[in-house]
Amino acid sequence: MTDQLNRIEEKLRVGETELVVIKGGSGRPLLVFHGELGDPGWLSWHSALAAERTLWIPQHPGFGRSPQVDWIMDMRDLASFYARFVREQNLAPVDVIGFSLGGWLAAEMAVQNSAQFARMILVGPTGLRPPQGEIMDMFTVTARTYLNRNVLNPNTNPEFKKLFGGEQTPAQFEAWEDARAQTARLAWKPYMFNQAMPHLLENVVGLPTLLIWGREDPVVPLSAGELYHAKIVGSRLVVLDNCGHMPEVEKVEEFVREVRNFLK
Amino acid sequence: MHIMFFTERAYHGNPEVLEDEILKRRSFFGVPNKFFDAEKGAQLLNEYIDEKVYCDELGFDGVMLNEHHGTPFCMGAVMDVEASVLARVTKRVKIVLLGNPTPVVSNPLRLAEELAMIDMLSGGRLVPGFIRGAGSEQLFNNANPAYNREYFDEAHDFIIQAWTRPGPFRFEGKHFHYRFVNPWVLPLQKPHPPIWIPGLISPETVVWTANHKYPYVALATMLKPTLELWNMYAKIAADQGYQAGPENFGYLQPVFCHETDEKAEEFGKAFLFGGGFSHFARPEWMFPPGYNSKEATRRLASQFANPNLPGRSTIDHDPENDDEVRELKQRLYNSYADWQKQGQIVTGSPKTLVKKLRYIFEVLRPGIFSFWLDGPVPLKDRRTCVKLLGEEVVPALREIAKEMGLTSPFEVKPGSRPLPPSGKYEPVGNAELLEASA
Repeated sequence: MTDQLNRIEEKLRVGETELVVIKGGSGRPLLVFHGELGDPGWLSWHSALAAERTLWIPQHPGFGRSPQVDWIMDMRDLASFYARFVREQNLAPVDVIGFSLGGWLAAEMAVQNSAQFARMILVGPTGLRPPQGEIMDMFTVTARTYLNRNVLNPNTNPEFKKLFGGEQTPAQFEAWEDARAQTARLAWKPYMFNQAMPHLLENVVGLPTLLIWGREDPVVPLSAGELYHAKIVGSRLVVLDNCGHMPEVEKVEEFVREVRNFLK
Repeated sequence: MHIMFFTERAYHGNPEVLEDEILKRRSFFGVPNKFFDAEKGAQLLNEYIDEKVYCDELGFDGVMLNEHHGTPFCMGAVMDVEASVLARVTKRVKIVLLGNPTPVVSNPLRLAEELAMIDMLSGGRLVPGFIRGAGSEQLFNNANPAYNREYFDEAHDFIIQAWTRPGPFRFEGKHFHYRFVNPWVLPLQKPHPPIWIPGLISPETVVWTANHKYPYVALATMLKPTLELWNMYAKIAADQGYQAGPENFGYLQPVFCHETDEKAEEFGKAFLFGGGFSHFARPEWMFPPGYNSKEATRRLASQFANPNLPGRSTIDHDPENDDEVRELKQRLYNSYADWQKQGQIVTGSPKTLVKKLRYIFEVLRPGIFSFWLDGPVPLKDRRTCVKLLGEEVVPALREIAKEMGLTSPFEVKPGSRPLPPSGKYEPVGNAELLEASA
């Protein structure tokens, strides 16, 4: 079914498993990995990039309308699942952008086989234990509180308000609870990082990588970004001032410019 | 009927300060442990043990323990430690553990060994139970709540195997893996001690318990939903080919008994300390991710309320200053009459109490009953309460239970009662009486 933004929702298969994928835009595919609270929906940056790229936005197993997969119990399992997806869809080498937990997912895939990707963009990815500070714990607060703490100005940012403002509907509550449960299955302990990651990342060679970070990121401290940058040879780290954990919402223009330039 | 005694073993050092700290957060869980004084704690823990020894002397059938973590609500952080002491120092009471939180303990082999030792030390007086653990305890123990139900099921199955299957054997589950299961400490009771399962109002637990033919002990839940769930149990039991009877059900009831109704009512108010169970932990800690089933989450989503708790917070935001704390406290204690009216706290002289409990027995028809005594009450008044319960209330309740045919799991084996010849199960309890009194 196609909507007014020319998006379609497809049910694709990965082996025996169903995976819901939102596709929108035109041009070469750009694989988009959502974060720990699920696919937030279509934002301004999607529209901006959809002019030149076809966005492939899978809803990870257990999130949104994709069914949970019993054997996927950690991020390596999920990365392997998507490796099959990329192969079966003939996407490789594909450009990928991942947000927070979705960034960690892309990094795990790159660690396993960096040839799956042509270019990789990680936006405030979890996955590494920050050398300074800790990753904010989403599980001791409500989804709403966690979201509000993701950005520096939850009450004044128009895009954030449009997305998450107003009364919480039962459907929204349920979707967030599903997302929280699936994130717990994947990343409960150690919370949101893989202890081996600093070593594994050293094997990611020859993959153009862009790291985008909010300087004041309250969820994943910038020190983790600096470590990603140090470990992935040739990577570029872009740090946005006055910005929290959601550069794609908090600094839309700069974010789109950086992504566009990198993907050219 | 099996009649037992229970208390949370709450920490009540410096109660005025502590209560304000609880009310500020509207949560016992999360109060910093700088407010804990180990000397006071040691004194209280020993008093609680002495109290259970006294219950043994007074002729109660059982003493019940539970376990909570990281909270002044209950100092029994490792109930098996207390149970070990009781196994040795009591003579006749059943030691009823409701229950060990298997997902939180996370080592079922160790648990199987601990429980076997307690059963041996007590001369076969152990009644172990298993629970999922409160939501906050998944956080405290870093036990993944999204696998809570799977841990619970698998740990239970493993423990039964560890007790009954000749070793050594290997166990490869989804979550638990053991290469050499061969415990040399095994329960005295064969094939294994009787298992009871406590619960609040999770239907999934009720279904599971009925399928296993284990007695289900409702923890101070309101009468109407309790009866609804018990009838759900009875339906599952019928599917399994048996008629549920009193031996399949237990009820825990907050009570306070004293020489006069007035004194009992005065001391019973202490149950509301800090907000009681309704302030056990904040909602975001009670419902960590994946702890509830999809269905339960959907129910939550539609009502945005906490279905598992009998009480509710009395204000909808955290108190922001001392005045608001005082206001919250006042509203809390003003609600005492409602708690009593709903039967959530029952007080009285022995005579009054027996009358009130008779009604509860008539409505629910349980085969297991536990008094629940709590709140910062002076030791001598607690003692008076326990003494009166043991000497006057328990014997009277025994007579009533006999008259009503309220058989305990020790009198009729749970699951052994045949269905009526029609094949249709008989409903549990007395819903008409409940309707009539409403």
